[in-house]
Amino acid sequence: MALETAPPPTRAGASSTGRSGPGLDRAARWARRAPLLPALIFTIIVTQLPFLATLGISFLRWNLSDPDDRGFAGLDNYAAVFSDPALRDSVVNTVVLTAVVVVVSLVLGLGLALLLDQRFFGRGAVRTMLIAPFLVVPVAAALLWKHALFNPEFGLLNGGLTWLGGVFGFDAPQPEWISDMPLTAVIVSLVWQWTPFMMLILLAGLQSRPMDVVEAAAIDGATGFQVFRHLTFPHLRRYLELGGLLGSIYIVQNFDAVFTITGASLEAANLPYQIYQTFYKAQDYGRASAAGVVVVVGSIIIATFALRTVSSLFKAEEGR
Amino acid sequence: MSTTTAEPAARANPTRRAWRPWGVIAWASALVFAAPVLWMVLTSLHSEPDAATNPPSLLAPLTLDGYADFFGGIGGAGPWPPLVNSFSASIGSTVIVLLLAIPAAYALSIKPVERWTDVLFFFLSTKMLPVVAGLLPIYLVAQFSGMLDNISFLTLLYTSMNLPIAVWLMRSFLAEVPREILEAAAIDGAGLITTLRRVVAPIAMPGIAATALICFIFSWNELLFARVLTGVVAGTAPVYLTGFVTSQGLFLAKVCAAAVVVSLPVLIAGFAAQDKLVQGLSLGAVK
Amino acid sequence: MLGREEGKPMRSHLRFAAAVAAAGLTAAACSGAGGGGSSDDAQSINVLMVNNPQMVDLQKLTADNFTRDTGITVNFTVLPENDVRDKISQDFSSQSGQYDVATISNYETPIYAKNQWLAPLDDYVEGDPAFDQADILPPIAESLKAEDGKIYAEPFYGEASMLMYRKDVLEAKGVRMPAKPTWQQVADIAARVDGAEAGMKGICLRGLPGWGELMAPLTTVVNTFGGTWFTEDWQARLNSPEFKEATNFYVDLVREHGQPGAAQSGFAECLNSMTQSKVAMWYDATSAAGQLEADGSPVKGKLGYAQAPTVRTEASQWLYTWAFGVQKASRKQDAAWKFISWASGKGYEELVGDTQGWAKVPDGKRSSTYANPDYLAKGGSFAKSVEEAIKGAKPDDPGVQRRPAPGIQFVGIPEFTDLGTQVSQRVSAAIAGGKTVDEALEESQGLAEKVAEKYRK
Repeated sequence: MALETAPPPTRAGASSTGRSGPGLDRAARWARRAPLLPALIFTIIVTQLPFLATLGISFLRWNLSDPDDRGFAGLDNYAAVFSDPALRDSVVNTVVLTAVVVVVSLVLGLGLALLLDQRFFGRGAVRTMLIAPFLVVPVAAALLWKHALFNPEFGLLNGGLTWLGGVFGFDAPQPEWISDMPLTAVIVSLVWQWTPFMMLILLAGLQSRPMDVVEAAAIDGATGFQVFRHLTFPHLRRYLELGGLLGSIYIVQNFDAVFTITGASLEAANLPYQIYQTFYKAQDYGRASAAGVVVVVGSIIIATFALRTVSSLFKAEEGR
Repeated sequence: MSTTTAEPAARANPTRRAWRPWGVIAWASALVFAAPVLWMVLTSLHSEPDAATNPPSLLAPLTLDGYADFFGGIGGAGPWPPLVNSFSASIGSTVIVLLLAIPAAYALSIKPVERWTDVLFFFLSTKMLPVVAGLLPIYLVAQFSGMLDNISFLTLLYTSMNLPIAVWLMRSFLAEVPREILEAAAIDGAGLITTLRRVVAPIAMPGIAATALICFIFSWNELLFARVLTGVVAGTAPVYLTGFVTSQGLFLAKVCAAAVVVSLPVLIAGFAAQDKLVQGLSLGAVK
Repeated sequence: MLGREEGKPMRSHLRFAAAVAAAGLTAAACSGAGGGGSSDDAQSINVLMVNNPQMVDLQKLTADNFTRDTGITVNFTVLPENDVRDKISQDFSSQSGQYDVATISNYETPIYAKNQWLAPLDDYVEGDPAFDQADILPPIAESLKAEDGKIYAEPFYGEASMLMYRKDVLEAKGVRMPAKPTWQQVADIAARVDGAEAGMKGICLRGLPGWGELMAPLTTVVNTFGGTWFTEDWQARLNSPEFKEATNFYVDLVREHGQPGAAQSGFAECLNSMTQSKVAMWYDATSAAGQLEADGSPVKGKLGYAQAPTVRTEASQWLYTWAFGVQKASRKQDAAWKFISWASGKGYEELVGDTQGWAKVPDGKRSSTYANPDYLAKGGSFAKSVEEAIKGAKPDDPGVQRRPAPGIQFVGIPEFTDLGTQVSQRVSAAIAGGKTVDEALEESQGLAEKVAEKYRK
């Protein structure tokens, strides 16, 4: 019921009919395309045209706080972007943020999925509780972490420490979570939100294992770890890749958590936040657009690899 | 709750039943992950001074003041206009997405166009471009066309945001319709409409529901466009939520109450359809 | 596995889909009818405000007073300060005309006016003698004019900065606060009262990044230490010894005796700390006094007020005002003025005094406020200090050297929002301990020099 068992018949049919261009007359081909066109044209207009405009604006000297000084800027904006240390830092932050959140939530998600694959009392309730973080509106989650959990004076974390200190009679430390470790704070809140997502995908993967093989292995005397190492994990690989890819797509773009939790802290500012700030605070449309173009180019490079991964996922599906 | 949760239990390996501690560990982790949500709900039911104590006052008397503050608004019209805006943008865009995505998915699976994989990957690639890089032109277009602060414009943007995911999802669902049945229907002389209604729709309906759920959640959650493009009349619930962080002393209970209310539609929809959520989030690759 | 649906009846899905579709159609119909309807109605104006308490009171009082009397409906958008600044600059700079009135400050007013984003108000002021422009405190009124000498905004409330302290705490420690303290004295007192009560720190100073947050008090400290952002001939001076000494002093003071979470605390957080007795002193806006002395405040009546601490200058307080400006692209300027005339007028202060309490009056803008016996009786403890502080502020000569642009806690150039924010991020990182002050300022110097270059041309 998962990747590998997706229906081959369609694929076969698709490639046989899809490539038979010459055999179909024009009208028939357009009749085939017709249902696709509204969605395709809409997507091109709404998602591609703005980027072309961004590209155009990136060559202009256009700063709203300087209304009299507009014109063609050549590559000045790009020079400004590449010489801006804050932007370079934000690239690093973006990479760190995305990589750590994806990896940690995959690992935690795997652990939880393995737990949920066991039989125990109240499994449904546990699963429901574990999904809850993913269903909190992201900006609500960010506000919750910032004000109700991380707040150094009355947040739950320091409150809990004080309480423990009271119970066990030690002087509870009261860390300043967001000030001392802004990036970590954002990472923690995002891991909390994304672990359930990874767990759900991996759980689906676990439950699609061919159980007869696992049972046969168990009868042959394989230990639980051996089963995991040689049967479960290889089977899960594809699901791990899928979770990693989808998580990356969304976390690279994260804006809500960075903006809300750390305000304008430099140590956590990621690329979307930096561009937003150039657009809004500096009102430098030219420079913001140039930064946007640079990010788009970077994304295309990364996306090419990512798409290849997805593509291989679906090739695998096709192959079976 | 999902109908499928009971099923894996039956399949679980009997040899592993001996591992009793797993249940305890699972419950413990579930409590850790749910704690912030439970804390949010509890805080929303406390008075402002009780919400801001250290150590936390778990057993403080419960009150609905936070919710009263939220629904009473900060003097204005209250949360209803933003909630209605959020509902209309989310549901409106979901409907348009389905109307566009289902035919497109049909043309990518059941009767595929030439080079359909390229088209499919084009759709996915649009999701990888950073939204923020297109923000400025979109703002300018909205300004010059008089569409700033207009919920219809936001609905349109949400449609474009969700369409690629919906196309992927619907394609994977439609691809499940067995060829033989379609061919059999054709031999029986069923027309296109009949085939769609009698054969394709019943098989695709769960997929449509999953797609709708995902699109609804993503639209409901969206903040960046909403914050830049709306103002007096078209503000959505997430934007309204951010306005509760004031510089006047304590606001924790009120913000938590607001966060609970704004998250409620997603929580309800998500809990009601957990399995759909997984399918949807994995672009239909995991079923 | 998930999704193995064969056994499940299809009807529920159909019903679900049908319900979604029906709801969608309803929603589409609603949005079609309601979308963008408000802007054509001459009897309503759109106002964008920061969500400070004074504005929240205004929002509460508008419908039952202003709208009742004039028939003009006011649609408010109320946002936290950082968000509101973004939105105002976006809306006004693009002249999209979404908002007729917005709260701007004495920083934005001359710049916006120069860019022709604001409507001049002189004609309205002349035609409205009851508004009594001459009653506006002179430094505030001056700061809301542009180069062309015209009035472009009217103040809602005005503020300077001052030192607020707990009289009871200092007394218990046997410390006396001079009326005009120096920063060294303040640092010594902070050390002595640190820990005076359980969980109480010596002083609260803003550390939250933002040109209007951390940068405001810090720049006043820089001024009085003899530093400046720019020299008169546009040389950036962020790495000068005076600037470094002042910044080191500020960062050390807040790290040693300041509030917990300093790098993330701004005005709101400090107000909270002061109200909750988590700090013994606080150097910040005079407008905080009204809230500290409000009914129900746990520290009401326990506070003393001293002039903004100095080192090399006579005075160091900033001058700031949240004022109402009218967007030039607005087509409802007459209604907009009626609203401003009401909200910034004398009558509104009386209304707030009567209904919300005299401590909540949006003060610091009119001479008549400080002659009002009701106000003086209720806000007496801080009224005099505030009036003196505002009247004594010198936006054109805040430091020891001449400046290229006006402003005490800011530099009155459009680039300052971005520059100030970026520098504040670095200093905030120094407060958090991620950078040294020297590193922060060397980096900042580079940023400032880029801006200065533009003006030297």
